[in-house]
Amino acid sequence: MKRLLLVLLVIVLYVLHQDTWFWRTAQPFVFGFLPVGLFYHVCFTLAVCVLMWLLVRHAWPSHLEEEIEHSKAEEDSRP
Amino acid sequence: MIPALFVFAYLIAVIYIGIFAFRRSTHRNEAEDYFLANRSLGVFVFLLSLFGTNMTAFAILGSSGHAFANGIVTYGLMASSSALIVPLSLFLIGTRMWALGKRYGFMTPVQMFRDRWECGHIGTVITVVQAALLVPYIIIGVMGGGTTLNAISGGRIPYWFGGAIVALVVMSYVFFGGMRGTAWVNTFQTILFLCFGAIALGVIGAGMGGFGKAVQELSASPATSALLTRERISPLYFFSYTFIPLSSINFPHMIIFCLTAQRMQHFKKTVLLYPLCMLAIWLPAVFLGVAANRAVEVPAIRAKLEARRALATGGATLSPDQKVQLRQTAAGDDVLVRLLEHYAPLWLAGLLGAGIMAAVMASDSQILALSTMFTEDIFAFYEGRARFGETAQVHTGRAFVIVLTVIAYVVALKWPQSIFDLAVQYAFSGYSALMPLLVAALFWKRSTKWGALASTLWAAAAVVAVAIFQAVVPAPAPGAEIGWGSLFGEYVISRTPGGTAVLGFLPVVPMVIISALLMVVVSLLTSRPSEMTIKRYFTK
Repeated sequence: MKRLLLVLLVIVLYVLHQDTWFWRTAQPFVFGFLPVGLFYHVCFTLAVCVLMWLLVRHAWPSHLEEEIEHSKAEEDSRP
Repeated sequence: MIPALFVFAYLIAVIYIGIFAFRRSTHRNEAEDYFLANRSLGVFVFLLSLFGTNMTAFAILGSSGHAFANGIVTYGLMASSSALIVPLSLFLIGTRMWALGKRYGFMTPVQMFRDRWECGHIGTVITVVQAALLVPYIIIGVMGGGTTLNAISGGRIPYWFGGAIVALVVMSYVFFGGMRGTAWVNTFQTILFLCFGAIALGVIGAGMGGFGKAVQELSASPATSALLTRERISPLYFFSYTFIPLSSINFPHMIIFCLTAQRMQHFKKTVLLYPLCMLAIWLPAVFLGVAANRAVEVPAIRAKLEARRALATGGATLSPDQKVQLRQTAAGDDVLVRLLEHYAPLWLAGLLGAGIMAAVMASDSQILALSTMFTEDIFAFYEGRARFGETAQVHTGRAFVIVLTVIAYVVALKWPQSIFDLAVQYAFSGYSALMPLLVAALFWKRSTKWGALASTLWAAAAVVAVAIFQAVVPAPAPGAEIGWGSLFGEYVISRTPGGTAVLGFLPVVPMVIISALLMVVVSLLTSRPSEMTIKRYFTK
């Protein structure tokens, strides 16, 4: 269930990247100089950071490292 | 000339780092030490060097040049899509490649493909295609070096000499330091250009009288207001571009870099911080590129704006030679350097110039990757190591670094195409189309060597076809399009000022989709590898 939610989050973020809502609009200028379309993509990048944090925290493939350690231990134990 | 002196001090520093890495190496004649730094990179060096490896002249000079011509769309087009897809690829593919490398001793992706699909010569075909696609990327580094040194020295250092200096410096530290030297230099370079972005933004902003004023002026002028929106790019083109970052993990230098981490845990910080690094580099580069359109007091930038206007208004009255001349003048790859030259004090322009050089010189890991592929996938595979020994293999790798750099330099002198076009049209699209190979090898048991061969040949053929098409059909004037056939209200294939479009999409979209289909269909039609091999890759 957790994995499915994370996959959905990735898809949602990919869809949100294709924003058409600020396509022909420059204003408002956020902080007085940042066109709103650019500000949106700065916020998008920060949202990606949150997504990556969730992936690392909840879906990290730790079994890969464990398998290596396991096979090393097996090799070491061989006479 | 003072900025050029700072740049020379920087170049000496990176050569020293390469030599220092050579002296620190205790197994300098062992392949794994020279090509992979003994798989021993720590978390900090791994993050910064991997990021630096992926950021080239294209990231700093190409992005600000693209933003100068197209506006803020450049950030969404290239930076925010990469900020999502690159760390995601590292998370899904990079970690798995690291684990396989650690377990079975692979040093290149093709070694894994050969083992996974039980093939020999098909691996050689994949190596050749990967190498052919990587060469343009290396040429970018040489071109960027020539352009930057020429601009920083105020034209005193000619393009050919600047390119030669950069090629020589990169060749020296790759030759001596191998992967360890390259990673250390990349770490140093990444720190420099991360600092560079923030300082450049502040200094140029203050010089222009504040960005608020510049943006208001851009917005008020009908000629530049579109640069603050995305109307110069179609939504289909924007969507297509999200396929380009798929290329990142397929670049041999990136996947080989994934094998250098000491522990898999090192990927965690890289995955987490990669989007922030993208923001730190690309936001200033894109924003400054857009703001440069108001820097009319800078003579070189004024000339670019006038050339752009002449191209747009001259249309059919211009001769092909005049068009080429105007396009070269209007190209924005050096706008950042021009802004620094004008607005920053001399000593600061020098320091910042060194920061730009750091980004420009990121072709080191590509050169090393090609050397690794040649010695591992060709030399060692065809019994070279068995016959001549491991020391001879490392010497061959070093000799290859010299030969490759010289070839890249000669090509760079004869190929005056824009940095950005060259990178995207050939290398990036081709590597994106090779994505199904890695995905299928790592996640699909039923995939076969014949599926891999079909995908690879398709990627190569498609890149060649696009290149021929663009050579035969000259680019139309800005805003125009030459098309053939019609479907869903779009040309089936068209020649645009920036390249080629298929049904309004960049060619990379059909390239990736057809490559994936070929992998699936051909794999299902051919027999899969032995159960024993599949079990080694899919333990769960």
